[in-house]
Amino acid sequence: MSDLVLHLDNIQKSFGGLSALSDVNLHVEEGTTHAIIGPNGAGKSTLLNVCIGRLKPDSGHVTFKGQELTGREPHEIAQMGVARVFQTPEIFPEMTLLENVMLPAFSKRDGAFKLNAYSGLAQQGDIRDEAEHILEDVGLADQMLQEAGSLSRGDKRRLELGMCLILRPRLLLLDEPTAGMSRHDTNRTIDLLKKIKSRGMTKVIIEHDMHVVFSLADKVSVLARGEIIAGGKPEDVRENPKVKEAYLGGAH
Amino acid sequence: MKLGPLTDTTRFVLFAVIILAMPLWLEPLGGNYPDLLQRFAIYGIFAIGFNILFGLTGYLSFGHAAFLGVGSYAAVWSFKLLTMNALPAIVFGVFFAGILAAAIGFLSLRRTGIYFSILTLAFAQMSYNLAYSVLTPITNGETGLQLSQQDPRIIDSVFIEAGSGLPSTNLFGLKMSGYPGFYFCAVLLIICFYISMRIFRSPFGLMLRGIKSNQNRMRYTGLNTRPYMLTAFVISGMYAGLAGSLLAITDPLAGAERMQWTASGEVVLMTILGGVGTLAGPMLGAGLIKYFENIFSAFNNNVLMEIFSFLPNAVAEIIVPIVGLFVGSGWHLTLGILFMVIVIYLPGGIVEGLSRLAKFAAGERKSSKIAGGNTSPQDQPGE
Repeated sequence: MSDLVLHLDNIQKSFGGLSALSDVNLHVEEGTTHAIIGPNGAGKSTLLNVCIGRLKPDSGHVTFKGQELTGREPHEIAQMGVARVFQTPEIFPEMTLLENVMLPAFSKRDGAFKLNAYSGLAQQGDIRDEAEHILEDVGLADQMLQEAGSLSRGDKRRLELGMCLILRPRLLLLDEPTAGMSRHDTNRTIDLLKKIKSRGMTKVIIEHDMHVVFSLADKVSVLARGEIIAGGKPEDVRENPKVKEAYLGGAH
Repeated sequence: MKLGPLTDTTRFVLFAVIILAMPLWLEPLGGNYPDLLQRFAIYGIFAIGFNILFGLTGYLSFGHAAFLGVGSYAAVWSFKLLTMNALPAIVFGVFFAGILAAAIGFLSLRRTGIYFSILTLAFAQMSYNLAYSVLTPITNGETGLQLSQQDPRIIDSVFIEAGSGLPSTNLFGLKMSGYPGFYFCAVLLIICFYISMRIFRSPFGLMLRGIKSNQNRMRYTGLNTRPYMLTAFVISGMYAGLAGSLLAITDPLAGAERMQWTASGEVVLMTILGGVGTLAGPMLGAGLIKYFENIFSAFNNNVLMEIFSFLPNAVAEIIVPIVGLFVGSGWHLTLGILFMVIVIYLPGGIVEGLSRLAKFAAGERKSSKIAGGNTSPQDQPGE
């Protein structure tokens, strides 16, 4: 087995007696794109929340590159190199796009806290260049000085992706990165994610859109009612009878 | 008039000139006397510091008067024990306010929103009550802390022969009352404005705005928000401590009522009135409120009669009592109405009002330029 980046070991999480995740095991290998699919309410977002420290699992362990993640503060996990794109974009709506991307760049350079109160933002040429570069990557460079709150939903997502990319994370978690996007925007995002992949970034992606899953994923795990019911290469998973049942059965 | 695209240097120079020239332009407005000028500058410092916390992080503290009070007590103690020189008084005022702010901030910042406000309010009221009763040996309780002939004044006693009366505060011999006192406060105000401007434009300021905007994103970006907020809280507490020590320098006594919640509320009003999160707004708000409190409240019916003397006597006699409700002791009423109007129609405070005016004026100019020399702006319907 090649290097493990993310390792979920017997994760259990319930909300007031309602089991959201039971005995979930997941191995994500270095440099791969791992998709998690499953019907609504299967526990996909809960799984990501456990990974980034938003939720603490009732039992089980999350390890990242051999280091324990469970019980750590979200900002510690992020500083270790785990970034996340949320289902509803978490951006800074009152700031310009440029500031939105520069802020994470400071986090990458200066760590979780640094009192940098005297030098002006204007003097941070290298950070600004980097931010402009990232905005070009996600296709938002021409709106750089616009307020982020005024963007369309699809653009907000792309901006958030840029904010995560500038952190140069070792593991990127994406929660439905193309939901609510037009076909054109979806394809642009797929291209962008492929480009990142060629740089060797490991990704875990939650997605409903099978077109996205099959264009990006190396491996797929299927989550249904809080359990992983199948896993493997995308082609194999598609043919798996249990998966068909979970999707179709859930719809009935 | 253009307010929007000013560079920071012009902004700063403009601010400095306006502040230093206050005795000139406040003369026709009836505000040119040293006591009031000093208060403008001191409360300007208080509000500018408050705005670093409230304006940037959005955390609304209702307890900043505690730091103002501690600054005053520390300054008076410095006068009593060490020297009448203003500099040590400032250093002690800022230092002790900073310590108290670190303690109160550390505990209050565990909560956000209304709970944070309530916690700061509770701590400030506790400080007030401590100063009023329990800590009487330090604060002299109800009477307030005052200078006395018997004070040791260790440093002064070495260099200066004790005079017969109470000594006055000074800056290396320059008396800190009257206009020198004002200019001393004004210079500090300008320095404070400069520091605040640097903070607003720095990566640290960006982090604070990030906290106001989206704390979740901050955390998942790897930033520890707590030390950022605590630093902002302590800095604004130190500003308040500086303002408190200046109050004691210009008038060397300190009373517990300076820590009352009304004083905390006042700085909130100043900041909101002027414009939360803007650079010059808090100063404008502080000036306006202090102007109202001191000038407007002195208007009485005789003054009003003079103002309305151009009207026929019968009309004036009807108008004066009505207007009279809003001036003199009724100045709070006017302030209240003004505050309501601003919060409802100009959430960005006076600064927003001014920038809208500037935009409007710029728009007018542009439209008349487009129209060319022959047609007047009135000939352009729908502009």
